[in-house]
Amino acid sequence: MAKQARDSGLKVPPSFQDLILTLQRYWAERACVILQPYDMEMGAATFHPATTLRALGPKPWRAAYVQPSRRPKDGRYGENPNRLQHYYQFQVILKPSPPDIQDLYLDSLRAIGIDPLNHDIRFVEDDWESPTLGAWGLGWEVWCDGMEVSQFTYFQQVGGFDCDPVAGELTYGLERLAMYVQGVDRVFDLNFNGGEGADKVTYGDIFLQAEQEYSRYNFEYADTKLLLDHFRDAETECQALLARGDSGERHLMALPAYDQVIKASHLFNLLDARGVISVTERQGFILRVRDLAKAACAAWLKTEAGGAHA
Amino acid sequence: MAELLLELFSEEIPARMQTRASGDLARLLGDMLQEAGLSFDHVRSFATPRRLTVVVEGLPARSPDVSEEKKGPRVGAPDAAIQGFLKSAGLSSLDQAEIRADKKGDFYVAVIERPGRATAEVVAAIVPAIVAAFPWPKSMRWGNGRLRWVRPLHSALCLLDGKLVPFEIDGIGTGNQTRGHRFLAPEPFSVKSFADYAEKLRKAHVILDAEERKKIILDGARAHAAREGLTLVEDEGLASENAGLTEWPVPLMGSFDESFLAVPPEVLATAMKAHQKCFSLRRGKELANRFIMVANLQAKDGGEAIIAGNERVIAARLSDAKFFFDQDRKVGLEARVPTLKEITFHEKLGSQYERIQRVWRLAREIAPLVGADPDLAERAAILAKADLTSGMVGEFPELQGVMGGYYALDQQENPLVANAIAAHYKPLGLSDQVPREPVAIAVALADKLDMLVGFWAIDEKPTGSKDPYALRRAALGVIRIVLTNGIRISLRPLFERALIEYLNQNHLEVRRQVGKWSNLKGWENVAPSHKDVLRASSSAYPVSTFGDFFADRLKVHLRDQGARHDLIDAVFSLGGQDDLLLVVRRVEALGRFLETEDGANLLIGTKRAINILRIEEKKDGKSYDQPPDSNLFKVTEEKALTHLVDQVKQAAASAIGCEDFEAAMVAIALLRAPVDAFFDHVTVNAEDPALRANRLRLLNRIRATTLAVADFSKIEG
Repeated sequence: MAKQARDSGLKVPPSFQDLILTLQRYWAERACVILQPYDMEMGAATFHPATTLRALGPKPWRAAYVQPSRRPKDGRYGENPNRLQHYYQFQVILKPSPPDIQDLYLDSLRAIGIDPLNHDIRFVEDDWESPTLGAWGLGWEVWCDGMEVSQFTYFQQVGGFDCDPVAGELTYGLERLAMYVQGVDRVFDLNFNGGEGADKVTYGDIFLQAEQEYSRYNFEYADTKLLLDHFRDAETECQALLARGDSGERHLMALPAYDQVIKASHLFNLLDARGVISVTERQGFILRVRDLAKAACAAWLKTEAGGAHA
Repeated sequence: MAELLLELFSEEIPARMQTRASGDLARLLGDMLQEAGLSFDHVRSFATPRRLTVVVEGLPARSPDVSEEKKGPRVGAPDAAIQGFLKSAGLSSLDQAEIRADKKGDFYVAVIERPGRATAEVVAAIVPAIVAAFPWPKSMRWGNGRLRWVRPLHSALCLLDGKLVPFEIDGIGTGNQTRGHRFLAPEPFSVKSFADYAEKLRKAHVILDAEERKKIILDGARAHAAREGLTLVEDEGLASENAGLTEWPVPLMGSFDESFLAVPPEVLATAMKAHQKCFSLRRGKELANRFIMVANLQAKDGGEAIIAGNERVIAARLSDAKFFFDQDRKVGLEARVPTLKEITFHEKLGSQYERIQRVWRLAREIAPLVGADPDLAERAAILAKADLTSGMVGEFPELQGVMGGYYALDQQENPLVANAIAAHYKPLGLSDQVPREPVAIAVALADKLDMLVGFWAIDEKPTGSKDPYALRRAALGVIRIVLTNGIRISLRPLFERALIEYLNQNHLEVRRQVGKWSNLKGWENVAPSHKDVLRASSSAYPVSTFGDFFADRLKVHLRDQGARHDLIDAVFSLGGQDDLLLVVRRVEALGRFLETEDGANLLIGTKRAINILRIEEKKDGKSYDQPPDSNLFKVTEEKALTHLVDQVKQAAASAIGCEDFEAAMVAIALLRAPVDAFFDHVTVNAEDPALRANRLRLLNRIRATTLAVADFSKIEG
């Protein structure tokens, strides 16, 4: 560990939670609201309404938050050193994207101890597209010494609507970043709390069992008939809320309707992991979620936070 | 003469777009300067990840004054015409126009003097227009702005002879400043000229010229290799990509654990290149446990941390690859074959499992035609797609086939089978190797023909720039395999055979489509019965469009090789040309023939005959394809020609029968003198209708006879 810490150019590597605290402090000082994770299962921090919905409409918005992200298919029963079905993203959304957004991002790396004069930081083309959200943007994956540590995206469209102004989204892969700064090769070996000896709590202490159990659930035991029913329920409820909340000029239930989109998307991911969705059906499911997402985004634009005039 | 320097400074431009973009900028700027009447000596362009730069040398200070004359109406023309003229010429009264005379009388002329404009003024007008309509493959907006650029544009530097050219691009004003390397020299600095700019950039750790960066990368990489007695695996594309990712490239060498060398070299090289953009190195013929990464800076610690970080990422990538390699071999290929049932080839064409059932049958058909053992071809075809369900191909799709080859060897398959599996997707690109071994040839041809016929049968043909299934590449692959190996093979029976295989599998869409082509009853509602379709298939299959598609691909291929497209047309126009090698030989023989004096003159005579016939046939609304009546001949030249035409036709036909195209051309060449003599002494359009008709029939004989070798009407000249 000591040698690896030296390799990564850091004196005392931050713990996993230090990393989060430092990033929160850093972005709080740059006028972001620090939100807490959204209380629903989702595949990426982008699904949080603080990103998806707030990226739409004319109102300025700056937020940062940690979001647990669930990708059922990526589970490996805790046996793979990098892959997890549940992990954390640190998300920053800045709308409109400020002219110095790249510098702000690089300063955040400095804040967690990565010195760009000793490390090779690169912005490598990587465009982003979410078929289920009807969203896309251009940007980069950010490399640190060949390791992808963040995604950097200028949102162009969400839910099929142009983003105007454009929001800049920064997504830090917290586990990867932590593995990098701590010089650890296996995610479960990450020092979570920074303690030593008996006080030390590792990532594996907290999540290894969960990875094993959820991998069983995701791949083997999730009741696919129930999941399908839940998917249809979410779809039905979403459509119902969209219809009943629409009062013409205004929409009164855009947020609850959008929750059902999140739900449907996650259920689709679970069904996909269970291997019951054929290649042909897949596209159909994606389109169904996208239709819901588009409609929920349209509803959001008819709310006050979405910028509708009274 | 002035120098114009323009730099557009932005956030990181995708590496793959830089060269094209700097070229586009230079071209657009050059074109628009010239349109504005500003000529120049030359224009150069450069790109780095953060800037596009153009320098134009030898510009005048102003565009020249231009005097333009505009002709107006006659003197005394109606008032409306006069007013229209004044308005369009920008004159306030007729006093400002001149009066000139021509044969028909006096008329007004407006002489419009357009004074030249200052070059700076022109530049200030055209650059924002170029930026606003720049042809990026993908562009974006940012912040509150309206401008689209590839990534946010931060500043524009524009100097004409060292002086600032002031203008704005969507709120971004021009200046005389730029910035150096993002981390090594972030402070802005001002420049006076291109020479000053390039030199200051270099001091600020930016190498402006991508070619120079590429050279630094390759030289540095080779030097690292040489120090350890290794050789670099040269990769121009990878060097260019790295040049597009760096402003101050610093190649560094790292290593990985030797145990990874048990993994096939293609896998190691792909893992290092695809994800990490690193070069591989060789010790002798074997891959070495070293790699070259290209950093974008000279680090304070000499690169120690950068190397350590990259080594860890590479180690993780390679251990993933090794894990897949070990896991995949535990399962082997044989056991994967049934799992192909789960993998869709195409929604309407079934699974990959169904595909290999067709391909192996087709490969067996082809095997004897190319000198391969049918059993080996069948075996290779059956296993050819099994690696699609392997972990390695899931991770690195570009290794499909290659991995199958390794896994086949691992399960003790015949080496020819393993080789055929590895090679059956080839050739992929123009630089890719063509399979040369017969078993590999049989499987590679079967694979491509099955795919082409299948997509044709569900009407998924490539259109315009859209070719999502890379069918053009597949057709070109067939062409290159056949021509490179000198294979004599008729394609049409193979197309039909491939279609029959689809029909035997009873794919609904294929049946429906074939039913449509064959006009089978009720195809609009229900796909016709399997039996009906099978019966109709050989006549129904739209061989013409499919054949045309192949002909087009062959034309493109031959044209790239320097053959004349009109000669290719002249041969294809004969119809029924499905033996690619014969087509090529015919084209070659025809080309050589036309270079001879006889050939060139016969072409003239024949084209004359064809033209006369075409005109007269159209006029009369009938054709003259009956044999000429020898009793009606009046002139000796007619008789001589008729006599000879019959002989030549026989000689040419028998030569073609033996595929001796040279001999056919020699026979045809005999026609030259009598055809010339005929046109010299005979009037085709005689007044006597019977005589005229008879002579037209003779011309028709000439046309028919030359059709033995080519359709001369398609030949230019």
